[in-house]
Amino acid sequence: MECIESHRLGNVCATAASDIAMSPSIPLQEMIRAIRSARTQCEERGVIQRECAAIRAQFRQTDSGARSHNLAKLLYVHMLGYPAHFGQMECVRMIASPRYSEKRVGYLGAMMLLDEKQDASLLITNSIKNDLAHSNQYVQSLALCTLACMGSAEMCRDLAPEIERLLRASNSYIKKKAALCAVHIVRKVHELGELFAPAARSLLVEKNHGVLHGAVVLITELCERNHETLERFRKIVPDLVQIMKGLVISGYSPEHDVAGISDPFLQVRILRLLRILGRNNEVASDAMNDLLAQVATNTDSTKTVGNAVLYETVLTVLDIKSECGLRVLAVNILGRFLLNNDRNIRYIAMTSLQKIVCTDHNAVQRHRGTIVDCLKDQDASVKRRALELSLALVSATNIRTMMKELLLFLSSCPPELKSHAASGIFNAAERYAPSQRWHIDTILHVLTTAGGDVRDETVPNLIQLITNTSELHCYTVHKLYRALLTDISQPSLVQVACWCIGEYGDLLMKGECQETEAVQVSEDDALDALETVLQSHMSSPATRGFALTATMKLSTRITDNVDRIRSIVSIYGSCLDVELQQRAVEYNALFKKYDHMRAAVLERMPVIEKNSLGDTNGESMGETMKEIQTATVKKAEPLLQQQPANQVCDLLDLLGGSEEPLQPSPAPGLSINTASTAGGDLLDLLGGFEPTPLAPAPTVTVYDKDGVALTLNCEKQSDSGLTVTLIASNSTDSDISAFTLQAAVPKSVQLHMKAPSGDSLPARGAAKVTQLVVLNNPNKVSLKMRIRVSYTRQGSAFQDTVQVDSFPGL
Amino acid sequence: MMHFLLLFSRQGKLRLQKWFTPLSEREKKKVIRDMVALVLARPARTCNFLQWKDLKIVYKRYASLYFSVGLDEQDNELLALEVLHRYVELLDRYFGNVCELDIIFNFEKAYFILDEFLMGGEVVETSKLAVGASIEEADTFQE
Repeated sequence: MECIESHRLGNVCATAASDIAMSPSIPLQEMIRAIRSARTQCEERGVIQRECAAIRAQFRQTDSGARSHNLAKLLYVHMLGYPAHFGQMECVRMIASPRYSEKRVGYLGAMMLLDEKQDASLLITNSIKNDLAHSNQYVQSLALCTLACMGSAEMCRDLAPEIERLLRASNSYIKKKAALCAVHIVRKVHELGELFAPAARSLLVEKNHGVLHGAVVLITELCERNHETLERFRKIVPDLVQIMKGLVISGYSPEHDVAGISDPFLQVRILRLLRILGRNNEVASDAMNDLLAQVATNTDSTKTVGNAVLYETVLTVLDIKSECGLRVLAVNILGRFLLNNDRNIRYIAMTSLQKIVCTDHNAVQRHRGTIVDCLKDQDASVKRRALELSLALVSATNIRTMMKELLLFLSSCPPELKSHAASGIFNAAERYAPSQRWHIDTILHVLTTAGGDVRDETVPNLIQLITNTSELHCYTVHKLYRALLTDISQPSLVQVACWCIGEYGDLLMKGECQETEAVQVSEDDALDALETVLQSHMSSPATRGFALTATMKLSTRITDNVDRIRSIVSIYGSCLDVELQQRAVEYNALFKKYDHMRAAVLERMPVIEKNSLGDTNGESMGETMKEIQTATVKKAEPLLQQQPANQVCDLLDLLGGSEEPLQPSPAPGLSINTASTAGGDLLDLLGGFEPTPLAPAPTVTVYDKDGVALTLNCEKQSDSGLTVTLIASNSTDSDISAFTLQAAVPKSVQLHMKAPSGDSLPARGAAKVTQLVVLNNPNKVSLKMRIRVSYTRQGSAFQDTVQVDSFPGL
Repeated sequence: MMHFLLLFSRQGKLRLQKWFTPLSEREKKKVIRDMVALVLARPARTCNFLQWKDLKIVYKRYASLYFSVGLDEQDNELLALEVLHRYVELLDRYFGNVCELDIIFNFEKAYFILDEFLMGGEVVETSKLAVGASIEEADTFQE
């Protein structure tokens, strides 16, 4: 065949070449040879450009014997990736030619170069229409094939009646092609489904397998598109069962046999149609029950082809309303598939089990062992399926064993699966964690093995989890510290570790911990660790931020190395990274000018409530937290509720007031504390709120502890406004310094704290501190106030909170 | 249905492309690039199935050629392997011990055979004999 072809080509082209003197053109096969022998891309392009020029010239000739060969050459060039759009019109012309070889190549060209988006495609509609009625069935076939390949919706609408006619009245060869052409038409123009339904039905009585196959595919398409059609076609279930039985039971049919299975292509399509018809319908499902059982038991599963049929059978059984025994049979087949040596079979077994893991959970659980073993398979596709299925099989009873396997998998799994595995593990851990400690351990394990692949919200989620398990703070911080020493390359892990060391550094340095062996960690060790993170090139700016804040927090949790912290912080004051520089400068300021506030500002974080992440602050202080991701001090300031409307008090704002030169303060030399008043109070300070003699109002002691007492006195100034006077005194034998009061009130109440009279309380009540608080309660809500007292005595910081629920005089 | 059928060599050279859904030239090139990269990266003795976007990819290597097909979610992957095998058998019967060169130098024949076997992304004739006979007869009309 081949020799004749090339010979023929040679003949034709020789004549063509002699006719057209100007452009020499070579036969197709010679051109292919020339292109293949080109040694460089450039040379190849040269050959192709020459040829394309020749082809273009040939196309312009009206009569050329070599037309089909030229187009074929162009199509070859197109397949190599070169542009060939100038051949589109030639295709149109060729299709209209009366010669079969030209039509053949023309239609091939149309399928390759024209798609429904091209305008030229419409031009062939008429040719197709004519060819559909051609006397030569092979010409009809070309038209049908092309229409099914690239027919646009418009073309389909135009030609649908022709196709319907061919479905009814033609030979088997045409009928089978018309059926698939109809499938394409229905996919393009759904409404035309109605047109083909009757013809499709009648095709089922044909004996020809090609026609039957086409009919089954067409009916499947119609039923999937339209529910009413589906209902109408349910009555063909017995017919399908009959056909199927014929295929399964009948003797050897050489024409359709594939390794002992008679026409597996048709069998699979029938099974698929049965699935659609039996879904959610008892009657139809019953009618096919026996057949499915027969196919499931009798099909030879030694070769792929048999397994293909079994696979489809199983899918059908599991999707229809099959009876219990049949379902068990199907799951057992899948179980057998799982143990098959052929990876393909294992793979599809797992995909099928995935589909039923929710509905038949227990049945799938029985195969858990095999599935988990597949996690260790070399093949990435099998691994992926096994991972999906394993995650779906995790339950409260098997969580410990499953997690061991999953963590093992995580340490050796391919990189593209790491992220999915990590989040799957987190989800499973969250749902079924048998204990808090296990949960934290698991998360830490994931962070150490796959820290780079976890999602961003892992860090705040983990931090939230840690704060919630207060009994494990000591354990957690020890573990994280050790993890940090081993490896500082995983960003999430490092961030959480820094945060914990900062928060719970005191527990770390205490040395003992009941949950894990004690390791002596000195203050220097902890600071060393944090400094390593700060200086490492592997740390991102966000990570450095964590480390810097943690270092700062340690300044209130350690006693000896505060100077070291001070120097670290001041170094970063000139850091190039703006965020770090800002933090360092603020912390520096905290050391220098606001040292008395440092303890309060850097104290332990309260428990974070999950749903409050991102909320604005609640009514009383310390209940909710905003983003803890950047655990900067300034964002941890809901405690200082100077202006309830201003939820996040920027540290700068807090201290910024001190920069203003015109801040008259009634108290001597304590311009800092004017910061606790909002800028808008400038006027009020000069207003009528000087401690002029107040009308005698009852004074009540709201706080009295460790020798520090606080009395409260309030006086109504207007309908909604009142002034509260707080007086603090110290009855102990030692002086108190850095005495500050902070107050918070319900949301709708406005609060202004005036500058206190001072911040030191000498021993034995030698002097008192007075502070005025102006309240405005326009909504007349029930007034409550929470007051935080902080001070330093004998070198240690103290803090306490008291809530005032009733105000005397109101 | 099948979305596409691609044949390419171990060096990533495309030998045949059949598209059953309308895609722009650019989209086609992207699919080809992705398929070649995905399939050639697979080590030997791994399973023949991949997931790519929302399609199932089934591929099989025959001598120096990779045959790869993109399927819908509901399609049967094992049957797709049979489809690929059937196509190779048809080529083999036509060319007599087919090799890559046959498909290179007679690519239009490879397409004609394919069009007798598959249409609109589905199998059109399930009998090997019937397809072979149709091709032979059609060739006789070739002038």
